[in-house]
Amino acid sequence: MIEILFVLGLPVAGGLVLAVIGHRDEAPAVNVAVSLLTLIAAAALTVRVIADGPLLVLDKQFFVDPFNVFLVALTAFVGFTTSIFSRPYMRIEHEHGRLTVGRLRLYHSMYQIFNFTMLLALLTNNMGILWVAMEAATLATVLLVSLYRTAASLEAAWKYFILCGVGLAQALFGTILLYFAAERLLGAEGGALLWTELNNVKGSLEPTVLSLAFVFLLVGYGTKVGLVPLHNWLPDAHAEGPTPVSAVLSGLLLNVALYAVVRCKVLVEGSLHTAFAKDLMMGFGLLSVVVAAFLLSRQKDIKRMFAYSSIEHMGIITFAFGMGGPVASFAGLLHMTVHSLTKSAIFFAVGHATQKAGTQMMDNIRGLITLSPMIGWGLMLGTLAILGMPPFGVFTSEFLILTTAMRDQPWATPFLLLALGVAFAAVFSRVQPMVFGETTAKRLPLRPAMAPVFVHLALVLMLGLWIPPFLADWYRQAARLIG
Amino acid sequence: MATLPLYAQFINLFAAFLLLLAFAMLAQRRVLSLINLFAMQGFALAVSTAIVAYGTHQSHLYWSAGLTLVLKVLLLPWLLHRLIRQLDVKWDVEGLINIPTTMLVGIVLVVFSFNLALPIAQLSHTVTRATLGIAMASVMLSFLMMITRRKAIPQVVGFLAMENGLFFAATSATYGMPMVVELGIALDVLVGMIILGVFFFQIREQFDSLDLKHLETLKENE
Repeated sequence: MIEILFVLGLPVAGGLVLAVIGHRDEAPAVNVAVSLLTLIAAAALTVRVIADGPLLVLDKQFFVDPFNVFLVALTAFVGFTTSIFSRPYMRIEHEHGRLTVGRLRLYHSMYQIFNFTMLLALLTNNMGILWVAMEAATLATVLLVSLYRTAASLEAAWKYFILCGVGLAQALFGTILLYFAAERLLGAEGGALLWTELNNVKGSLEPTVLSLAFVFLLVGYGTKVGLVPLHNWLPDAHAEGPTPVSAVLSGLLLNVALYAVVRCKVLVEGSLHTAFAKDLMMGFGLLSVVVAAFLLSRQKDIKRMFAYSSIEHMGIITFAFGMGGPVASFAGLLHMTVHSLTKSAIFFAVGHATQKAGTQMMDNIRGLITLSPMIGWGLMLGTLAILGMPPFGVFTSEFLILTTAMRDQPWATPFLLLALGVAFAAVFSRVQPMVFGETTAKRLPLRPAMAPVFVHLALVLMLGLWIPPFLADWYRQAARLIG
Repeated sequence: MATLPLYAQFINLFAAFLLLLAFAMLAQRRVLSLINLFAMQGFALAVSTAIVAYGTHQSHLYWSAGLTLVLKVLLLPWLLHRLIRQLDVKWDVEGLINIPTTMLVGIVLVVFSFNLALPIAQLSHTVTRATLGIAMASVMLSFLMMITRRKAIPQVVGFLAMENGLFFAATSATYGMPMVVELGIALDVLVGMIILGVFFFQIREQFDSLDLKHLETLKENE
């Protein structure tokens, strides 16, 4: 229990402290330190859950099981590495005059608050608080996306706010319907929104209400996951915000939103005993994969392109969870992990590359390998990993998802294969000249901070070759829970 | 059919007001009047919540009625009034919305919502169940309002009106959500409004107007 308090309390305290001192020179270091402490607390929580099994504490308001504990650890980890990356990145942005000191203070403070909202969404047992945390995460990221205050970033933030606000309003309606169904069984006192209580009585929840609730919840949280056709905000928000924010948006926030969808799906499946929820998730997932894959080839802005790649991967994961079963759910969880690690690594590399090139337009970025071998290789390896090349972890999870699809949902396999092929062609043909193309620019003397990129890629490589037994064990337990 | 107790009739009355106000907002072109209509809708919501609290002896609903009153009748309209004064858009009129068509679409939405709510309302044991359809309809109407408006402030008022409809759904179907959730939602709405207020100034600074047609440049293949 003490660990949960630390996991949630540290980012809040960090956010408050940084709201005061966020403009000073030591602020990035404080940001890193707070993120590191959060990571340590999350690790302690993880150890506790491994040793003692699921936790249900503080008047049942917080719940930790194998499903969310690995997401908590992942969120804290990527939050920490991103804070390391953002240190030099934001300093250079400041030196280039794109950010004032006031903006830097806002950035540091909101970065921690954003981490807090995600961790709260993951740890809470209350479906209402889950909604509140998701909305708060939207508000924090709206401020982060509009950080540069340019015309484009304001537009992106406005679009983000309105679309996700409306989407989340649908999710709130879904939550109300869920409460409505549960209140008849569990009584009006707080218990009727607690996920664990709902899970106990899911068999007797009213199916008509739950199916309607799920439609609203899926559309609502699905907007935040970036599922097609609700994805419009995502490429803009990724392209116009600062790169560390793109990294945490893609790597973490989408996962958290998908986590909310899956929690709801477990309840609805238990109540309905039909393939309704499954079919909806598979449909949305497959549509996202295919549409995003075809839009990938039309992108000119590098961050937009990788934003579309995130939509594609979220689609794959949603499809996997929709398919269900021990293998597909296992693969979905693995894919969540590896996508989050790989995509944030790519955004780190992209951030350095665009800073060096002074543009986000892919046609104007050439010869990264000559400019800086570290950035070039980081981007190349990251791209190969995200496109599903063996021996990286993304290959493993995509392979598992594809083989399960061939067995369970053969109709979907051609679409998936086609989309993966198109995505490969589109992204690789863009990245290859950026890395190996001819350039007249001279090699830069400065060495970028690439450690986070290679740590992430090494982890993804490891997950492709060998999944540590305790991790595989969690995935299995969580997959059983998701069904 | 048994006659409803008096307080339930009052709830239905205020529910009808809520829907009527939603339609009025849909048809209102003036920014200033729109904000006043929004405040009235908040008031109808607060009163109906208080009546539900009185009729069913759910004391925590008094708190949420009070919360609604403070937030949606006083605080948010005050913030909006201040904003439009400072931005000097008090007398702004929105052109280019086809009100008759919008109203017709609105009626279709109401019919659709009532049909959608019918099977659920039959399951409900609360006295206010008949109002679930109205709640859903006002959510849909606010949604429609957001789609049809091209200016920033009306779009935000639509967003807030949607929150009103959702809140009404929560009271009418379930006698309100747990207090901690309601407080969280209220906090989110307030913080969101403040952020938007800051946003308006920046949008204005950047584009010299609050017309959202300037915010349509981010597209594929630009």
